[in-house]
Amino acid sequence: MVKQSDELSWRVGGPQGSGVDTAAGIFQRACAIAGLHVFGRREYYSNIKGRHSYYDVRVAHYPLTSHREQVDLLVTFEPESLARHALAVVPGGAIVYNVRDADVPLEKITFLDARVRADLTAYLAEHELPATTAGVLEDARRRGVQVYPVPYNEITQQLAERLGVPKAIADRTLNTIAVSISAAMLDFPAEYVVRGMAHVFKGRQKIIDLNTEAIHLAYQYVHEHFDTEPFAFRLDAEKEHPPRLLLNGNQAVGLGKLAGGLTFQTYYPISPATDESVFLEAHSTFPLRNGQQGSVVIVQTEDELSAIAMASGAALTGARSATATSGPGFSLMVEALGWASMNEVPVVITLYMRGGPSTGMPTRTDQADLLFAIRAGHGDAPRIVLASGDLEEAFYDAAQAFNYAERYQMPVIHLVDKALASTTQTLEPFDLRRVHIERGLIAPPLSSPNGTGPYPRFEPSETGISSRVLVGTPGRIHWFTGAEHTELGRVTEDPVVRERMMEKRMRKLETAAREIPPEEKVRVYGDEHATFTIVSWGSTKGAILEALRRLAKKGVRARFVQVRLLWPFPADELRPYLEDADPLVVTELSYSAHIDALLRETTGIGADYYVLKYSGRPFAGEVLYTVFQRIHAGDAERRIVLHNPWE
Amino acid sequence: MAVATKPKVTPKIYKPEFPIDWCPGCGDFGIVNAIHQALARLNIPRHQVAVVGGIGCSGKAQYHVSTYGVHTLHGRPVPYATGIRLANPHLHVIVVSGDGDSMAIGAGHFVNAGRRNVNFTYLMFNNEVYGLTKGQAGPTLPLGLQTKSLPEPNMNAAVNPLMLALASGYTWIGRGYSYNIRHLVNLIVQAIEHPGSAFLDILQPCPTYNDLHTKEWFAGEDIGHGRLYDLQEEGYDPVIPQDADEDTVRAKLLRFIEKAQEWGDRIPIGVFLVNKNIDMYEERINRRVGNYFETPPAVRPLADENGITLTDLSPIFDEYLMT
Repeated sequence: MVKQSDELSWRVGGPQGSGVDTAAGIFQRACAIAGLHVFGRREYYSNIKGRHSYYDVRVAHYPLTSHREQVDLLVTFEPESLARHALAVVPGGAIVYNVRDADVPLEKITFLDARVRADLTAYLAEHELPATTAGVLEDARRRGVQVYPVPYNEITQQLAERLGVPKAIADRTLNTIAVSISAAMLDFPAEYVVRGMAHVFKGRQKIIDLNTEAIHLAYQYVHEHFDTEPFAFRLDAEKEHPPRLLLNGNQAVGLGKLAGGLTFQTYYPISPATDESVFLEAHSTFPLRNGQQGSVVIVQTEDELSAIAMASGAALTGARSATATSGPGFSLMVEALGWASMNEVPVVITLYMRGGPSTGMPTRTDQADLLFAIRAGHGDAPRIVLASGDLEEAFYDAAQAFNYAERYQMPVIHLVDKALASTTQTLEPFDLRRVHIERGLIAPPLSSPNGTGPYPRFEPSETGISSRVLVGTPGRIHWFTGAEHTELGRVTEDPVVRERMMEKRMRKLETAAREIPPEEKVRVYGDEHATFTIVSWGSTKGAILEALRRLAKKGVRARFVQVRLLWPFPADELRPYLEDADPLVVTELSYSAHIDALLRETTGIGADYYVLKYSGRPFAGEVLYTVFQRIHAGDAERRIVLHNPWE
Repeated sequence: MAVATKPKVTPKIYKPEFPIDWCPGCGDFGIVNAIHQALARLNIPRHQVAVVGGIGCSGKAQYHVSTYGVHTLHGRPVPYATGIRLANPHLHVIVVSGDGDSMAIGAGHFVNAGRRNVNFTYLMFNNEVYGLTKGQAGPTLPLGLQTKSLPEPNMNAAVNPLMLALASGYTWIGRGYSYNIRHLVNLIVQAIEHPGSAFLDILQPCPTYNDLHTKEWFAGEDIGHGRLYDLQEEGYDPVIPQDADEDTVRAKLLRFIEKAQEWGDRIPIGVFLVNKNIDMYEERINRRVGNYFETPPAVRPLADENGITLTDLSPIFDEYLMT
């Protein structure tokens, strides 16, 4: 597909609100429609308009699991993206930039962080270049990067004249033109760009017509003005291919919940969780296979406490009920999380981790909520915690979370993170025949409701599980309470009953640990018999898998142990891998390697090496590969913190 | 009416056989008796009722009603009640909550429930003190008053629950008195029958900690006449009819505000507002999803006979399929 490499790393950047997402959306769709595999990664500020955002789109003829930090083709239409990302472009790669941005002083770029400006200025000074975009471009040229100036203004002027529309209207196609310039440079057929664009602007024919013309003008400009021979990359369509879904993590979770029978979801707006609920609200009716209409009720609440309380109330009646939030919202939910544990309520909380503590970094990723998710709340309060490693897992796990919740009658926390939420990926359509619904023990209704006494809903049993009563069931009335209670749900402070009820609730964790099959707890990738052992969980999976593939190519034997069930912690399933690990490498997006604390606590075995990152940005496979290689060669310090000042 | 064909029930069936641990003479007894009588008068099957309480003495009320009872968290009965009702709109949901639960720690939920207008009945046990923690000032205790366990007079002004309910959007607002049970039963019946959020402020002596607004004070022993009077007996019409014009609505609201300010020697009880001009949240959901009342979240079928999901995502997949 390309001259130099079998894949392409493409990046577009710009101020938020200027169409960066639209540009990336067009390019990703164009590639996906052309049958290519796409992996997209979105980085953005907690801001509406003006701050810098960028989108990496990696495409290949084979499935991808990670982004790359290096860029083959950088597409910009304003100076900030040029300044921030030119250094990431590889020799043989190219930069597309606005001709009027050819010489902008870095100090004139409003939102360029002081630290970036200082580091970039120092770098340029070292290379005896001025602190301007001209310096940045010259540095790129010296490194063998092709640079292509585009007179965007002239092209939109031409567009306005050709279609007889105001210039301001034509200017709105800037992002489409930028994408098209890059696609034309790749000799990628314009037809796909048009189709990708039409998919983004669904049915808005006037806009589609305008942008179609813009695409053709951009292609024409490249053919007439650019010598693309020195630019080493080309992109071909795949001839035969099945149609694939292009989804992000929020959508994958939302779809998984619908598949799993979600009927009630609550939320309070918070980045990066909100998009899931908004997606669900936009898809709140859908067909059922029995000919009926399916629907889901979405409630935007006044705060996260209300969100989990409302979802819990709904769950009491039998609804499959969930909420979605991020760290600060989850902190607020803790009070009602305990209530759900105490009252054995099957409620699902999707927790999109982001940089903490406090407000932290709302739009950047992190895995440092793991111990909090497991321990949150006062008292001994059982819950199940599971974590998804990629979008496909996120779909099936979101459905499975309800089965865990209803089988074991406790809250389930489904951990995902900002990185997964804003990853876009081509995927084979999910298989709904794989989605089983298991509702656990439920007491049936009685026929003479008024004559019966209260029902012992919380009666202790060997497994700890007792029949749940859906509020509204005839003949089964009883009480619920956050206070310690009898089997009828009435307050008690009796020491013996207290012990019995505590044991009942906590025993369900043992039951869950016994019943949940090993493959749902832990998965091993790579060479299962290798001793070089990487332990991780959650969204780091994709980057680790890429690193494993590269290691294998170099003849390095390694295995990756992915922990999927985080609580109850699968110590027994992990122990064999930990015992013969040499070395044991824990990889996590956090400062303090939460999973290592759990390994040590439950097995007594801890990591030999830590590979960590807490800048708020995800791991890239190529970077982990070099780190694992260093560890393998015995050439690494025990604690390796990964940095990339330009992300 | 379906109600007429059901066998008649007595309040007794709503009364569980468990001891009650409120202080002797507590106003809560009157309220719970009124709930039993109201449910019996409406002849609602026990399993179709969920009584949802917060924390405090008021929050124990659901233990003394023989229906589904949900004892939640301090200040949070409203979101739990909302979840129960929205998931199963065939249930009658009654919130029992104190003034601290409602107007202090749960004030945010109180206000936002008014914006939604979900069909539930909100009974606020208003005794002006935090009884269970031994008599601290509640949010309805007026500024400068000193009930017996306060070391100093109250530093905070009181919130007016009726005004807050009005501002929040409750579509039925009333006030009752825990020792006028007949009147209270009538109010609770109307509140339950109202299709929307009905807020009933129930004045209630705390014989242990509120030595100012006592049974004797409400009876007006100090001034020679009872302090409470019935709005309806004085001809106050609380109804804002459906499709009322702006002038009618404004006139009603001004009258409401006037009445809600009365306190001291003459305190109105009765129905302050019945706003028929605003639909309930459940109707709004139904307009969005179409079949909400037939298959609400609690009962929608999920799986086929083999336990495989019934959800068909193909129309959504089509939207995201790259062709």
